[in-house]
Amino acid sequence: MYTTLSVLIDESGIATVSIDLPGRPMNVFTPELTAELGAAVAELKADDRVKGIVITSGKPSSFVAGADIKDLVTAFDRGVTLADAYQLSQSLSSVLRRLETCGKPVAAAITGVALGGGLELALACHHRVLADHPKAVVGLPEVKIGLLPGAGGTQRLARLLGIATAAKFITDGNNAAPAEALKLGLVHELAAPAAVIDRAREWARGSAAEASAPWDRKGFRMPGGSSLTSPSVAQTFAIGTALVTRASSRNYPAPGEILSALYEGASLPFDTALKVESKHFARLLTGPVARNLMRTLFVHKGELDKLSRRPPDVAPSRFTHVGVLGAGMMGAGIAYVAALAGVRVTLIDATRAQAERGKAYSEKLLARDVERSRRTAEDAARVLALIQPTEDYAPLADCELVIEAVFEDRDVKAEVTRRALAVLPKGSTFASNTSTLPITGLAKNSPRPGQFIGLHFFSPVERMPLVEIILGKSTTPATLAVALDFVGLLRKTPIVVNDSRGFFTSRVFGSYCHEGQAMLAEGVDPALIENAGKQAGMPVGPLAVSDEVSLELQYKAARQAEADLGKAFEPPVSWPVLRHFVEDLKRLGRKSGGGFYDYPANIGKGPGAEAKRLWPSLASEYPRAAEQPSVEEVKQRLLYIQALESARCFEEGVVTTAAEADIGSILGIGFPAWTGGTLSFIDTIGVARFVADCALLARRHGKRFRVPKGLKARAAQGMPFHAVPARDSAA
Amino acid sequence: MAEAFIYDHVRTPRGRGRADGALHEVPPIDLASQVLAALRDRNGLDTRAVDDVVFGCVTPVGDQGSCIGRIAALNAGFDDQVSGYQLNRFCASGLEAVNSAAAQIMAGQSDVAIGGGVESMSRVPMASDGGAWYGDPEVARRTYFVPQGIGADLIATLDGYSREDVDRYALESQKRTAAAVADGRFTRSLVAVRDSIGGILLERDEAPRPQTTLADLGALKPAFQQAGEEAGYASVALLRYPSVESIRYVHSAGNSSGIVDGSAAVLLGNKSAGKRLGLKPRARIRAFASIGSEPAIMLTGPALATRKVLKRARMSLGDIDLFEVNEAFAAVVMRFMRDTGVSHERVNVNGGSIALGHPLGATGAMILGTVLDELERRGLATALVTLCVGGGMGTATIIERV
Repeated sequence: MYTTLSVLIDESGIATVSIDLPGRPMNVFTPELTAELGAAVAELKADDRVKGIVITSGKPSSFVAGADIKDLVTAFDRGVTLADAYQLSQSLSSVLRRLETCGKPVAAAITGVALGGGLELALACHHRVLADHPKAVVGLPEVKIGLLPGAGGTQRLARLLGIATAAKFITDGNNAAPAEALKLGLVHELAAPAAVIDRAREWARGSAAEASAPWDRKGFRMPGGSSLTSPSVAQTFAIGTALVTRASSRNYPAPGEILSALYEGASLPFDTALKVESKHFARLLTGPVARNLMRTLFVHKGELDKLSRRPPDVAPSRFTHVGVLGAGMMGAGIAYVAALAGVRVTLIDATRAQAERGKAYSEKLLARDVERSRRTAEDAARVLALIQPTEDYAPLADCELVIEAVFEDRDVKAEVTRRALAVLPKGSTFASNTSTLPITGLAKNSPRPGQFIGLHFFSPVERMPLVEIILGKSTTPATLAVALDFVGLLRKTPIVVNDSRGFFTSRVFGSYCHEGQAMLAEGVDPALIENAGKQAGMPVGPLAVSDEVSLELQYKAARQAEADLGKAFEPPVSWPVLRHFVEDLKRLGRKSGGGFYDYPANIGKGPGAEAKRLWPSLASEYPRAAEQPSVEEVKQRLLYIQALESARCFEEGVVTTAAEADIGSILGIGFPAWTGGTLSFIDTIGVARFVADCALLARRHGKRFRVPKGLKARAAQGMPFHAVPARDSAA
Repeated sequence: MAEAFIYDHVRTPRGRGRADGALHEVPPIDLASQVLAALRDRNGLDTRAVDDVVFGCVTPVGDQGSCIGRIAALNAGFDDQVSGYQLNRFCASGLEAVNSAAAQIMAGQSDVAIGGGVESMSRVPMASDGGAWYGDPEVARRTYFVPQGIGADLIATLDGYSREDVDRYALESQKRTAAAVADGRFTRSLVAVRDSIGGILLERDEAPRPQTTLADLGALKPAFQQAGEEAGYASVALLRYPSVESIRYVHSAGNSSGIVDGSAAVLLGNKSAGKRLGLKPRARIRAFASIGSEPAIMLTGPALATRKVLKRARMSLGDIDLFEVNEAFAAVVMRFMRDTGVSHERVNVNGGSIALGHPLGATGAMILGTVLDELERRGLATALVTLCVGGGMGTATIIERV
């Protein structure tokens, strides 16, 4: 008897293996399923009544959605050895190989999502029928969790589609919808969802002669060739390696291991190739990057997406009408995502015309969706109709939530807050989208500070997945619940932080910009600073991103802090550079024509286009020091300063869980995902080593690298930010 | 230690390495055999005296596979007892073949040996032999593999050579080559390539463009921008050169070496063998050396190899009359001149591969012969021949007239 699957043999000798994990919404590969599938294959192979096999799922929406990440995420910390990891990969890989070579025709009836190990199972079948339903996507997304398909996926796909197509599909890790899956050749046919199993049975009944994989037949040749002296094959690997470098600066080992598995496997007999694949899988599973990606972007992000920070005893919120104050870039974006979620939005600005410009932003994005057939014209019109632009505050009278997104100026904010509160109903929540001003201070504009909260969206709102929720001193749990429910409705990821100047993300982001500017002042080659930032995995260099947010804004934020804090104000290390650029040079950033870079008029792509260039006079403003640091030193400074600022935020209680610091740093400000986030990065380096490195950095570059007390204590106690599971005993 | 003397050298003209090039119909084995036969015939050489035939070939597959040194000797009608082999030091293979032949003689283990090379780039395209260097993803990662043109553009970027600078260099190469051709300076060593019915396929180098102008050169598209930007190789280069803001793509088909077909061979021997065979030595091999250096920029080896070989020969730059630095790319020679301080007056006086083309496995032997002819014409004594080599290597040889 099986617990994870059932086997039914019909009178024509077709056995249907239906996978159905008890107590789970989706099928995933667990050690139990692997073992039972192996047993079922042996049983069906031996049973002479069985003429053909259909593999399918007992779940309505998923075939098999991949491996159970919970089994994999702990591998690194448990000290799983290379040999163990190889065996783990081989356990499923060999079961699938036995299925493929059982001598009977095997069809996969893919009734729903087939990802990772799920698609690998289907690929080990001789025939694949996929449900023609938009949700029935197939893919090998392992690269996104730092792994590779370790159950034959790399080898079968290369032999099915050719090396070049397989390499792209697996290193991209994107899913294919049914039509694309058919076109690529991932599946043999599509069928109406209700007919998938019947079609698969029909094939199995009539295909005794096709009871083997193409690569097990005599004279098989890989599409596109596999000879390593074929220039196109060699180029696939050479350019593939370069493209992987461009995409990741080699911070992510998985794409390279995928290419290696394809390269080495291409010329091998199939069974040997499967073993080679498992070895490359083992190298990835036993490294920290896969752990970091799985733990932060799947486990922890999954928890936050389920609103794990929501106070449990508050009734769910409903949103029928939301107000957005300020129709600039941020307000327009917030209005758009709220309307997409089906909420009516009143978008207010000083004049009707300004408010309409904000709505035009949604119109533009929706039109593009329609143009690209991602949305029907009717649907776009329906969404757009939800946004009402106006200069009148009266319509706010029935809003559950108002989000203020006006200019970062206390007086302007006070004014619009007062006008909105004058008409808002009693139970409603008021949120500010400020990115720098402390919420507790802004809440003074409201007679109901308990229902005042920070909702810090990132730009562009429709693309950035994070919302930083800021609790003011008096913000109530019920208000937090409303904010979280709203973020959940938008399908964005929330982190909850306590009030502080710059909160969490802006503080950490600021440290990156400031450190880059400080190096410029020291005479470090600006190109080296920028390349080091990018090579460390940041999306852009610190000088370029400073230009993007504008030097003036950074300068003003510092001036505001100076005004607010008086004697307690500690100027950022970049203060002299910022002041010089804003006050003396009047180079305020990209929007004002240039900052650290020059921006030619014909910037961008296309014929005759130019790229932005570091401002040539940087060389005379900040003469290049005779001795230059290595790129590794510059990378270290840029990553360490952000990790250190995060640790300070953690100690000050600004951010209260390591998971939120990690997610906030990756999704909010582009801290490299390979690290697992700022605090996971410290764990990855090792807390003790991190602290020792910081001591050196502090001696060399100043006290901003001094570690806070709590971090020192962690180092002494050997206590990482993320608790680690016990190590496996005796390997 | 015995001395290795150069007794003679011959080369084919270089044919454009395309399907409509004059030498495209000639299998590389025939290019190699014809230079071997010419060397034999014009020196009345009893081939039984030849101990070994060393041939460079960079893409030794297909037509060029199977140990072309030995097979070419047999095909040329050399005595059965003459052994041969093929070697590959990428672009310096032809020079390395001469050095290896010389090494056998200097070590007293051969009396007479031939060093040369062959490459039919029109028939066996570059890189058709594959290789772990760029094909194996893990090796490509570890060695920071980028195509050579990216290395050349990286040199130009680091040294600040503009497009006009490298084009001016290329124009000068064309001019010098044109003057040398007009003056018949190459004719002494050229052997016409014949077809199977004895007809002449090519007598003179086919690639030079004596009419080209700076404007013509400036109109050519950068050759490596696509590889750098679209194929991602610039990102690889910047991992190694992180203080480069972005690569300046200045090299084009006009200021890089041309793709051509051709072969060359150099007859070497010790003193007594020369006497016995009635041959007059023209020069001696003073010293040779190869180096390795950073592989991503790849092409800065000539100056390093020069330094090493000069030290080995206990000579200085001032002791060298003429330099022959393979014009793989304009920036390679410009970097050489910058690194060594040697003026253009003494470097590539008859032009080079930008005008004439660079038949990979043969070039080293060809330019060694060219500069020897020029030493004799000018009545000078010493020359240094060097090439940049894939994988960051460099090879150099010093010859001295006797």
